Amino acid sequence: MKVTGMTLVRARWLLLAALCATAPLTLADDASPDVGAAMRRSFEAKHQAGMERLNQDDVQALCTRYTPASLPPAAAALIQQASLASVKPPAAGQYLGDYRRGEQIAQTGTGLQSSDDPAKPNGGNCYACHQLAASELAYGTIGPSLQRYGKLRGQSPAMLEAAWRKLYNPQADVPCSNMPRFGHQKILNEQQLKDLMAFLFDPASPVNQ
Amino acid sequence: MTTCCARRGLGAVLAGGALLLTGLVQAEDSTQDAIAEYRAMFGDDNPAELWQARGEVLWRAPRGPKKVSLQACDLGLGAGVIDGAYAQLPRWFDDTGQVQDLESRLVSCVTTLQGIPREQFLKVKFGDGDQQSDLEALTAYVVAASRGKPIVLPLRHPAEQAAYALGKAVFRYRAGPHDFACATCHADAGKRIRLQELPQLTTAAGAREAYTHWPAYRISQGELRTMEWRLQDCFRQQRLPQLKFGSEVAIGLTMFLAKTAEGGTLAAPGIKR
Repeated sequence: MKVTGMTLVRARWLLLAALCATAPLTLADDASPDVGAAMRRSFEAKHQAGMERLNQDDVQALCTRYTPASLPPAAAALIQQASLASVKPPAAGQYLGDYRRGEQIAQTGTGLQSSDDPAKPNGGNCYACHQLAASELAYGTIGPSLQRYGKLRGQSPAMLEAAWRKLYNPQADVPCSNMPRFGHQKILNEQQLKDLMAFLFDPASPVNQ
Repeated sequence: MTTCCARRGLGAVLAGGALLLTGLVQAEDSTQDAIAEYRAMFGDDNPAELWQARGEVLWRAPRGPKKVSLQACDLGLGAGVIDGAYAQLPRWFDDTGQVQDLESRLVSCVTTLQGIPREQFLKVKFGDGDQQSDLEALTAYVVAASRGKPIVLPLRHPAEQAAYALGKAVFRYRAGPHDFACATCHADAGKRIRLQELPQLTTAAGAREAYTHWPAYRISQGELRTMEWRLQDCFRQQRLPQLKFGSEVAIGLTMFLAKTAEGGTLAAPGIKR
C-alpha cells in the first residue's frame, strides 16, 4: 500500500476502522476524565505560549493514551507511515552544515518557553538528554549516548538520511518516542538541523574525538 | 524587620555556598551529593525557617478588614489545627465545595475570615528579591507543622478520587511544540536532565523522595517555593501556557503525587538546588 502522501487525519480514520474491527476501542475513552477540557480550563496564555499549544495532534493524542510498549501495532504503523511522509530532506541533498554552530545549538536549552525571547533562535537542548562530546560531562540520560556518532557510522547516504529523519521527526522510526520532532514542529530550521548533523558527523566535531 | 536583616546576612552565606555549587558542572559526581554537602554546611538550619517565622506572625496577627487572625482557619483537621494538617492535603472541603491543596485553602481562609480580597492576597504568589509573598510564608509555616508525619490520603470523597484520576491522566498528556508530558521526564527510573537527577514520580519511592521535600528553599533562587510554583515551572519548561493558581489541573496533579507518595514521611520545607 502506498502511503507517502497520506495525511495523519486520514490515517486516524483508518486506524479507528482497524481498531474497531478487532476491539471496541476509540481515541476517546469514556472511562477517563476529559483531560483536554480540564487543561483548557486550567491554563492561560502567557507571552509566546498561547492556548493553542494545549491542543493535541493525532500523534500526541495516541502517545498520551499509549506508551511505546502498549501501542497497538496498527497505530504504531500508521504513526510511522504518516511521520515518514512528513520528513522534508534538505535542499540539494546537502545534509551537513557547520559543526561549531551545531555544538552551540546542542548546548542551548532555551526556546519556545513563555519566559524566552521569541526573537532569539531556539536551541536544540540535545545535552539535556544525550551524551555527545566526551569533553561535556553535564549530559542527561533520557536518550541514548551519541558519543562518536559519525565515527561509528561513517557518512553514507543511508546514514545521513536516517539521522536527518531522526532529527526531523523521530516518530518515523520510534512511534511515541520521547524526542521532540525538531523539523516537523518547526522547533529548528533547516540550517540549524544541518548544523546539528555536522556536529554528529563531521570528523573534526568534538562528538567524534 | 529582623526577618529582612537575617535574610540579608544569610544571603552572604549563600553566596559563599554558590562557589561550592560551581564545582557541580565540572564534576561528574551526582548533583545530589553536592547538594547534600551544601545542606551539611547549614547543619540543622534551613533558610526556610525565615519564611516559617514570617508565616507564624501572619497566622497569629489580626489582619485584613475584619481584623482577625487565621487561628480559626480549618485546614481539614478542625479550626486552627495545623499539626499534621498538611500531611492530609489536598482534601475535600464542604464549605467551599471543592478539593483544595494547602495554598488554595489558605486563600479561602484569608478571603473569608480576614476579608482580604483574593487579588490583593495573590498579588505576589511567588516572591522575588523585591517582593515577599505572604502565601509562601504561610505555606512554609503550616507545612513545617507536619514534619515527621506520614502522608495519609484515604480519598473517601468522590471529588477527591476524581482529582486523583485527573492528575494521573494529566501526567501523561503530551502537548506543545516539543510533545512533552510530565511522563517524558518522570516516568522512568534513574534518568537525569544534564546532571539533575529526575524522580520517577509514578512509583511510591520516587514520589515520596520528591513530594516529602516540597515546599522547599530553592538555593538557586534564594526563595522558598511552593508545590504550585514547582508545577507551574514544570509546565513552563514543557513549553505550555501558564498553569493557573489553584486550577483543577494544579490540584489534580498535587493529589496524584501526594497519593502516590502516601505513607512517606514529610520532611518539608526541604532544601533544593
